[in-house]
Amino acid sequence: MQLTNRSKQVSNKEMTFSERMYLPAIVGGLRVTFSHMLKKGATVQYPEQVREHSAVFRGQHVLKRDAEGRENCTACGLCAVACPAEAITIVAGERQKGEEHLYREEKYAVEYDINMLRCIFCGLCEEACPKDAIYLTDRIVTSNYERANFIFRKEDLVEKVALEGRIDISKRKKDK
Amino acid sequence: MPKVTIDNITIDVAPGTTILNAARMIGENVPPAMCYYSKLQGSGGKCRVCLVKVTKSSEQNPRGMPKLVASCCTQIADGMVVENVTSPEVIEARKGIVELLLINHPLDCPVCDQAGECHLQDLSYEHGAATTRYDFGRRTFDKIDIGPYIQLHMTRCILCYRCVYTADQLTNERRHGIINRGDAAEISTYIQNVIDNDFSGNVIDVCPVGALTDKTFRFKSRVWFTKPVNAHRNCDKCSGKVTLWFQGEEVLRVTGRKDKYGEVEEFICNTCRFETKQKSDWVIEGPRRIDTHSVIAQNHLPYELDVVHPQIEAAQ
Repeated sequence: MQLTNRSKQVSNKEMTFSERMYLPAIVGGLRVTFSHMLKKGATVQYPEQVREHSAVFRGQHVLKRDAEGRENCTACGLCAVACPAEAITIVAGERQKGEEHLYREEKYAVEYDINMLRCIFCGLCEEACPKDAIYLTDRIVTSNYERANFIFRKEDLVEKVALEGRIDISKRKKDK
Repeated sequence: MPKVTIDNITIDVAPGTTILNAARMIGENVPPAMCYYSKLQGSGGKCRVCLVKVTKSSEQNPRGMPKLVASCCTQIADGMVVENVTSPEVIEARKGIVELLLINHPLDCPVCDQAGECHLQDLSYEHGAATTRYDFGRRTFDKIDIGPYIQLHMTRCILCYRCVYTADQLTNERRHGIINRGDAAEISTYIQNVIDNDFSGNVIDVCPVGALTDKTFRFKSRVWFTKPVNAHRNCDKCSGKVTLWFQGEEVLRVTGRKDKYGEVEEFICNTCRFETKQKSDWVIEGPRRIDTHSVIAQNHLPYELDVVHPQIEAAQ
């Protein structure tokens, strides 16, 4: 009785001498091995070589500054309310007289924490931001041994004032 | 009792009722109101967002009114037929009025403490265009401190006069009015006199925009990160029935209890509003109902879950 049409007929025929010495099997195996030596390798030597990210890659956040080096973020809290993982915590403060070169608006974020263990890198914060302040970049959030080190403070997120320290987000910028 | 028909719904109302109040009695398609405040005598007629179309003036006069009328200060007549959202003309006019209200209004919602519970924000979201056609500069003013607790941002003011009526009717001395006229009009406290009346804080609650804001709450948090809770305390000056806005265990702000039209049920005194911000000062009654569509309800379960009726038999 045949239960399935996938069953294979097993032969019990006697192997030849060369087959008993595994010669065809060894030659076949070595052919696969040597053919791979001619092919291009699949790995990159990571710290020296970096694989290019796709255009839609979303990595570590950056808090942008404007052309004059003032922080764009005005602590409106729209990123935090848009965040599905509730990873963002903001404490707002009022700009004092004499701080006009530091912050663009009269309100600014005194604390801006992102918990990278909670963040799912969906990019909704970037979409919610009315001030062009937060962007996801192609930088990778590096691994760490301490959970506390995954809470990125404002110092870790704001880009540098110096022009060479700025982070290019032009690929992520959409015409709004 | 006179009969009035608003958006094809007929209701009997007492003579002398305004169209807006008749619509509120029906409870559906209520015209928005930025300046009318049912608790303040004489308010209304300033902002024009409550415009409606009267297609039949009364039983005796079947002709409609020649122009759109402000529903907050037009009394009903027997047999009156009113169109609100059913009239494209009204919607178009309202859109124009929102555009005019926004001409001098700065787009500083990310900074403003009123954002999230601002009536102008709701109104422009519903009726306004996304862009402005106005090329000229907006009016700018410096911030004014009205007393130790209240801050006036004249740039955001839409001149609804609600705070002026509050200062007139709730407090004994009038310290708060509008100076200049037309485009130059601005809220004043008559040479920045301190409003030291016990009920002066209510101008914050009646302000439909963020022009008058609570200095003790300034930039503390956003409205949608705080939890509104009903609470009361024994107060010898007012009823003591308030809404507390919690962040964690901390009371960030105290306001009056607002109904669905954004009007406070009872005015509260300054001691309740500004000076008693400890949880132990209050007897907590329970969480306030938040509209599911409000940004304050973001990331929270709706207060009442919709009842699902599975129609299994129909599917088979």
